[in-house]
Parts: sequence; structure tokens; C-alpha cells
Amino acid sequence: MHFSIQNILFLLVAVAGFGLFAWQVRKIQANILVGRDRDMSGNVNERLSKTLLVAFGQQKMFKRLTPAILHLIVYVGFIVINIEVIEILIDGLFGTHRVLQFLGPLYSALTGTNEILGALVIVAVAAFWWRRNVKGVRRFSGPEMRAWSKLDANVILYVEVILMAALFTMNAADLKLHQVEGRTLPGAFPISSLLTGIFPDNTTALEVLERIGWWAHIVGILLFLNYLPSSKHFHIIMAFPNVYYSRLVPQGQFSNVESITHEVKAMMDPSYEVPAPAVGPDGSAAAPTPFGAKDVDDLAWTNLLNAYSCTECGRCTSVCPANLTGKLLSPRKIIMDTRDRMEEKYNSPLIFNPNLYGKEAKHDTQEQLDAENHTLLRGYVTPEELWACTTCNACVEACPVNINPLESIVEMRRFLVLEESAAPNSLNVMFSNIENNGAPWAFSPSDRFNWADDLYVADKATTPLAG
Amino acid sequence: MADLAAKGETPEVLFWVGCAGAFDDRYKRVTRAFVRILEHVGVNYAVLGMEESCTGDPAKRAGNEFLFQMQAMQNITTLNGYGIKKVVTACPHCFNTIKNEYPALGGEYEVIHHSTFLQQLINEGKVKAEGGESFKGRRITFHDSCYLGRANNIYEAPRAVLEVLDADLLEMKRCKTNGLCCGAGGAQMWKEPEPGKKDINIERAEEALATLDGNADVLLNLQGVESTAPVLPAGSNRNGSVIAVACPFCMTMMADGVKNKERESDVQVFDLAELIASAEGLNA
Ligand code: SF4
Ligand code: SF4
Repeated sequence: MHFSIQNILFLLVAVAGFGLFAWQVRKIQANILVGRDRDMSGNVNERLSKTLLVAFGQQKMFKRLTPAILHLIVYVGFIVINIEVIEILIDGLFGTHRVLQFLGPLYSALTGTNEILGALVIVAVAAFWWRRNVKGVRRFSGPEMRAWSKLDANVILYVEVILMAALFTMNAADLKLHQVEGRTLPGAFPISSLLTGIFPDNTTALEVLERIGWWAHIVGILLFLNYLPSSKHFHIIMAFPNVYYSRLVPQGQFSNVESITHEVKAMMDPSYEVPAPAVGPDGSAAAPTPFGAKDVDDLAWTNLLNAYSCTECGRCTSVCPANLTGKLLSPRKIIMDTRDRMEEKYNSPLIFNPNLYGKEAKHDTQEQLDAENHTLLRGYVTPEELWACTTCNACVEACPVNINPLESIVEMRRFLVLEESAAPNSLNVMFSNIENNGAPWAFSPSDRFNWADDLYVADKATTPLAG
Repeated sequence: MADLAAKGETPEVLFWVGCAGAFDDRYKRVTRAFVRILEHVGVNYAVLGMEESCTGDPAKRAGNEFLFQMQAMQNITTLNGYGIKKVVTACPHCFNTIKNEYPALGGEYEVIHHSTFLQQLINEGKVKAEGGESFKGRRITFHDSCYLGRANNIYEAPRAVLEVLDADLLEMKRCKTNGLCCGAGGAQMWKEPEPGKKDINIERAEEALATLDGNADVLLNLQGVESTAPVLPAGSNRNGSVIAVACPFCMTMMADGVKNKERESDVQVFDLAELIASAEGLNA
């Protein structure tokens, strides 16, 4: 152990890095909690196994093989290489050097795997970069992929390469240093041993290089950690709670609005007692909550959690029948808008500010909207987008982290219909048909049994199917 | 149903016809086909007739929760009044709503889609698809309804039903969990689509036709094995290929799409119940 000023410096850096991160996470937690309450307790086993499968096991990624394999490399690399971060933390705090070496052969396995994964990560990141910037995979573009989203995606890739480069600098310099001094470095270094040739023989230079690699790796990680809350890369953390809290009911099952149930029951049965509205802490009745969602606070907290878990991968949008056929709707945009609106109205992380990056970030209609209408609905999401949805659940099925754009879409439709009576006219016609005739079409209920009239007459005489 | 109740009887299953099944001229044929199957196998069934009302599905998907719950409560009162335990329906939207959304409002039934019901009849040997029209050599592709498939995870039943037909069954590129919507769900059936490049049903019909013609990107048979279906030259007699559906809205949308592509002379859209009734000789 060589306890030195370096260790005190490291302690400060680490405390600052983790502290800042905790502070940012709390801001995001506060944003999520502006959403409506929804009881998600229970079903722990089912939820855990879902998390294991979808979040840890990346089950849904494997619908598309190439990105799945590339992503798996980076993901496994992230987890395994982070075991080394534990070592770095201990070394940094206590002045030890490669403290985990007591693990012996296991340590060799660990460092060896790390190095191979590190090299694979660089290859995978290069492939990702190529897919994004050269090949131009279609789902990576779209009107919601604004300057910030594009920059963010590349920043993540660059940072990953820098972190890996720092790791190799540290290992190769350390290895060479040991070679020059005629000692052996515990561990296995299949990649770094190939790199020692380009390193100098000077021990001081090697010591400095090793330190540069070491510091760059850990400081880079801490900086990256604090970049995450502003980035779509936050999904590496949020995917887990998000999958844990995903819906367990059939996808076709929409929630029944409870307050409406009470109203309808009271209408049908005058003796039905509507439960008293919730009373605020000061004894006054809480303000009535609107039907559906106009702004982020009208959505459930799980819908807001969704927004922080989105990887902006566009898988939802690329399978959306409305989007595929050129309509304005993009489920990814609904999710990204939700996050932007939350961070505009409430807290925003250190770096993120949706409207700072590039002129196109401003929504066209935004400036013309008065404060009253500057909300998620209309301020960001237009009714035209919402009405294009066929509620087909393709977006829900496609999302690798179990985000549900459809729920938010339906909540906003509810607001349009129940609070603003702003449904397209043809839908209003359908509503009144149901109300008056018990069918969405203008048929008389007395004709409902007409299909049976000619059950054994007309059809039996028709030609067989082949026709 | 009222007649049965007057006699103090409760049917084994209630056939929920649905608004499309009752009013849509094309889908009335499906209703009749299904009823013939029910009678052929001797199931003790009943229908509500004029007492049935819209489940409220289109209202709910469009955001009109109030209207939905009014409809739901009214229907639940009717069904509970007759002591109904088991409901079968040919409409995936009715199926989804009654199965998933009625229980929280006091309506708990065993709800079965007709594809599952037909599969059960086949498994029990009550339906053999023999003695009627033969489908040998004809190509059939099945269009998954969102409210049957993704919404309720029913993918195998309709395919199992088609398998008894002895036809060439082909899968579309986008099928099962990846199936493409016909464009009518979520109350789209009752409004014009929003502006865009093309209508969803046209896109889907093109996909179905490409599959039946043998020039889709990939052709899979039901087991997921690459199919050998030869490419049929345009204009050749395809011997009446079929797009099979299991939903009234899909029926309308796919039929419109086929018509738009001027292919109604050689490609027809049929519901599972029609195909089975026809193969069982219940049509003629
Ligand atoms: S549910 Fe709506 S938003 Fe999602 S894929 Fe279907 S049409 Fe698109
Ligand atoms: S919602 Fe899901 S599928 Fe859509 S972009 Fe976000 S992470 Fe991808």
C-alpha cells in the first residue's frame, strides 16, 4: 500500500462524481413522481422473471440479429469490465495496486476476458457508428431525431472507445513496466501484450502512462455516469425498473377509468353511493383530476418512467402501421416528447435541454401557444398524430425495454374526447350511433336479428366458395 | 335468448354476434356459417338477438370511456340476468373487450374466440372438414388480427383450423407477433385515415398478394420452413387463392385492398368459419 496525495484526490473525485450522479437521479425521480399514482405492487416473482428475461437477458433484442449481437458485446463488456472498476475503486482509495490479484487464476480469467471484451467492444462500437452515420439505418432518422439525439448517439460511441483506449493504455504500460523491470504482472493480457511494442522502455514514462490510463479510465467513467441522465444511454439503468414495472395484463386490455365507473353506476342505480373524493391534507377537497391526459402530470408515473428508459432505437416507429404508411404518428416521438416536456416543466439534468440544440428543436407550433395550451398535448403532440393510431400494439411488442406508447396515446385521446369533445366528426357520428342504436353504424336495433332470416334460404343456394 | 329463458333454460354457450356480424352484409355470411357449424355439431347455444348491444370497443379505443362503460354495464346486466357463463364470438374486438375489460365492471365469463372454438371442435373430431369443397392445391395465407394476436396471444388456433383444409398454407413476411394491422382497429373503421402516403389496408393487401403470388421476400410455411411455392406469372389462374381472416374489420379492409389492386377475380377473402363450413359441406 502506498497511501499518497493521489488517494485523497481520488476520494474527492469519486465522492463528487457519485454525489453529482445521485443528485441528478433525484431530479429525475421527482419528475417521474409528478405522474398519477398507479399501484404496481405485487406479482414480484412474475416481475422479476420478466426483468431477468427482457432486461438482463435482452430477449426482445433478438428479434433483429445483427444489432442484437453487437449490443450483446457492448452490454456484456459493460458488466464484466465494470468488475474491474471495483478494483480501481479499491486501489484508488487505499493505494493498493491490482488488489484483486489474490484471486490467482480467477484474476487471470477476469483480466483476460476483460481485454478480449474490450477489443470486441471497440469493433462493435465501430459497427454501430457505421450503421448510424454511413449506412443510415432508416429507424435512426425521423423528425423527432433532432440535433441533440443524433449528437448524443455518437457521443456515447466515442466515449466508449475512449474508455477502452484508456483501459488498454493502463494495462499495456503496466505490463511493459513489469517486463522492463524483469517482474511478472499478475493476470492475463492477450491484447495488451500485443501493444507493448509501441510503448517506450523508459520506466518513468511507463509509470506516467500507466497513471494516465488509470485516471482516464476512472474519471471517464465518472464523467460518463453524470452524462447518462441527459442521454438516451440512461436506459442502461432505467431499463431494469422499467421492465420490472411493465404491464402484466394482456396487451389488448385497456384500463377502465374508475371515476367514470362510479358515475355510470350512479346513473344506472340512483341508490349507488359514489365514494367521497379524496380530501387534501388541509381538509379541503383536492382539485378534480381531468379525464385522460393533457400534460405530463396527467399520465401515470409508469408512463413517465417509460420516457426515461427510451433508447430512441425507433423499433416502435419502424413497425407502426400508421408511420409506415406516411402518417404523422411516431410512437417514439410520443415518448421523447413526454421526456422533453417533463424536463421543460420540471427538472432537467445537468446537460439536457431539449430546446438548446439546433433550431429545428423548436416545435413549430410552440411559440404560438399561450401558456394554457403549452402542454404535452398540442404543445408537443398534435391531435392528428393521436388519431392516426390503430391501437395495434405493434409498438408495444417491438420495444426492447417494454415501453408502452399506446397507453399514453389513449390517455391523450381520452382528454380530447371527454374534456374537449374534440374527436373527429366521423367519430362523433359513431358515438351517437352507439348511444342511440347500440351499434357504431346507423342501423336500427330491431334489425339486429335479420341475419338469421335467410339462414337456410339465401346462403344455402349460393355457389361454393371458389366462385 | 329470451325464448330460452322463458323456458327456464340456460344455454351452454352464448354466441355473441357483434355489430358487424349482425349488420355488415358481408359478415352476416360469416355469422350464418358459424351458426351452421354450431348446429351441425349440436352445441347447445343461444344468441341475444335484439337484446345484444355494441360492446363499446370502438368508443373505448377512441377515448370515449364514458360511452364504453355505459355500453359495458348494460351488456353485463343482460348477460348476468341470463346467467351466462360462456361466450363465443367471431369478433376479436368483442372478444378482447368482454374477456379483458368487462371483469373489472362485474362481467366475468369464459370468453372464447371462434378460432379457438373451431380448433376445439376439430380436436374433438366433431369437425373434420370433409365432404364439402376441397381446398387441395389452393393457396391460403392468414392475416393475423391485432386484437387476437398481439392483444391476446392467439396465434396458433387460427392456423390449426386452416391446417385441416389440406391447402397450401403460406405465411406473410409480417405475421404473428410482427403482423401488420389491417388499419381498422382503434376506431379507424369509422373515420378517414389521416393524410399519408398510402392506406394501411393497401400496404397489407399488397403483402398478402405478394405472398400468394410467390414473390414475397421470404416465404415460410406454417412450420416456419422456407416454402417452395413457385412464382406464379401475373395473370395466370391462381385457382382461387384465399386470404383468411378471423375478424370482421380485417375482412372489410383486406377485401377493399384486394379490390383496389383489381385482384378480386382470383383472390378471395374468407373468414375461418366460412372456410370450415364450406369444407364440411355446410354451404351447399
Ligand atoms: S399501437 Fe398505435 S402507435 Fe403503436 S404501432 Fe400501432 S398504430 Fe402505431
Ligand atoms: S419506445 Fe422502445 S422501441 Fe421505441 S424508440 Fe424507445 S426504446 Fe425504442
